[in-house]
Amino acid sequence: MLDDFFSRAIIAGIGVALVAGPMGCFIVWRRLAYFGDTLAHAALLGVALAFLFEVNTTLAVFAVSAVVSIALLLLQKRASLSSDALLGLLSHSALALGLVVLAFMTWVRMDLMGLLFGDILAVSKIDIALIYAGGLAVLTVLCFIWKPLFAATVSRELAEAEGLHPDRANVIFMLLMATVIAIAMKIVGVLLITALLIIPAAAARKFASGPEQMAVIASLFGVAAVAGGLFGSLEWDTPSGPSIVVAAVFLFVVSLSPLSTWIARRLSKQEVPGA
Amino acid sequence: MRDTSKPLVSLTNAGVRRAGRWLVRGVDLSVKPGQIVTLIGPNGSGKSTTARMALGMITPDEGHAERSAKTRVSYVPQKISIDWTLPLTVERFMRLTSNLAPAEATAALESTGIAHLRKAEVRTLSGGEFQRALLARAIARKPDFLVLDEPVQGVDFAGQIALYELIHTITQEQGYGVLLISHDLHVVMAATDQVICLNGHVCCQGTPSAVAGNSEYKRLFGDRATDALAIYHHHHDHTHLPDGRVRHEDGSITDHCFPSDGHHHGDGAGDEAGTVTERTDDA
Repeated sequence: MLDDFFSRAIIAGIGVALVAGPMGCFIVWRRLAYFGDTLAHAALLGVALAFLFEVNTTLAVFAVSAVVSIALLLLQKRASLSSDALLGLLSHSALALGLVVLAFMTWVRMDLMGLLFGDILAVSKIDIALIYAGGLAVLTVLCFIWKPLFAATVSRELAEAEGLHPDRANVIFMLLMATVIAIAMKIVGVLLITALLIIPAAAARKFASGPEQMAVIASLFGVAAVAGGLFGSLEWDTPSGPSIVVAAVFLFVVSLSPLSTWIARRLSKQEVPGA
Repeated sequence: MRDTSKPLVSLTNAGVRRAGRWLVRGVDLSVKPGQIVTLIGPNGSGKSTTARMALGMITPDEGHAERSAKTRVSYVPQKISIDWTLPLTVERFMRLTSNLAPAEATAALESTGIAHLRKAEVRTLSGGEFQRALLARAIARKPDFLVLDEPVQGVDFAGQIALYELIHTITQEQGYGVLLISHDLHVVMAATDQVICLNGHVCCQGTPSAVAGNSEYKRLFGDRATDALAIYHHHHDHTHLPDGRVRHEDGSITDHCFPSDGHHHGDGAGDEAGTVTERTDDA
């Protein structure tokens, strides 16, 4: 089954969507959408460096994203510029640096479209192994830091006062983000990674009555978007990455409709016994 | 049970300096089990900074802060804003930083009178209900040391007094050490053992009445504040629960209170003379 390119694409996409669900919830709760974009732009520099030093692309992208996250944390501590200005600075300097480095390597012919929008139909078995190994690692670590990370999302002060070390959880979360960007890049491309993170989470909000539940629903919506998008792209011959995002947007729009309001009400009523 | 002689937290001549400016300095403070210490002072006087030192969130730049590593801390922060994107029920909020048994959570919610809101989303609570939820979460952890930063914000006057009484009762029952931050001396007076008045430094400290009569305090808050201030202690024989019912002193709950019941808050005309000395102006 793994010999068929379409099956490989579906399996890889589902793997990414499962991880993107809970991570995306934190992005939405903590208003970090721009942070996701920054890491994604920095990924281009990672790709350029991978060509330059002839190392594995995923690894290089992870390394660059991790460096950018840590740089952001350090710059925030010094607090001379606001966070969004810092993000813009890091994002665009990494992007420009990546393009300049690529231009120096005239011998490299790069599929820029594939990089920007993903090339899910070209995933190899090794890519799948990497996605599932990385994804499993991310979800495991996320489970371990869930309590401090979630408490810090509600109130950083409270988490710190009660001894949960929110800063440590934040650093780990940023490294997890770097991992997700690295493994998701091939599926939807750098331009659309943030979409895969935040749209399923946003669509899941209405049906969730608790944070853990929202994370699971976001994962399921992500899986549905991957499946819908890939079948759509096969049917209508559209680019796969953008099709996945369009499918996710479709789910989000449906979640706004009166019908789903009704379903969400039924769901929340079932949970209150005797209400 | 607890060793009541040893302070849970003590600050000695502690000060914090940021960007070349002292936010607060020379603070001496200690909180023992069962004791309520109140920090008062105008905005920017270093109340929150002092609380953060006591909590170990910032290390003093001069002086010392001592806190036993075994001290279990609960914190009621000044402000929490919960976004719509975050689905959070009161029940889940109770378990934010500690794993509670459902019975423990329910008991804490009952003692603050909001057990009926267990399944409600936190962002739909009113100001008073939310403060009660914060307090319930803090006491459900069974702390040794409870820090409350302006715990009655956004609550009407009657609600404020009810909340302070609740804090007072719970503290006496459980023997917590409490550090309370407030900018209102008059409402906390009955519920505090020691008051420290801050204005970048300790301008005066002592029992509530001593602070109220202190000339530094009068200068800081104006004579009018102290003229209008009367020490507030009186006796309640019933409590209005948030769902409209009434809990009486003997623990029974009824739909209404009886005409013979003690003082009511919030219906000034009905106050029985002699049960309370209330402020005389609206300031």
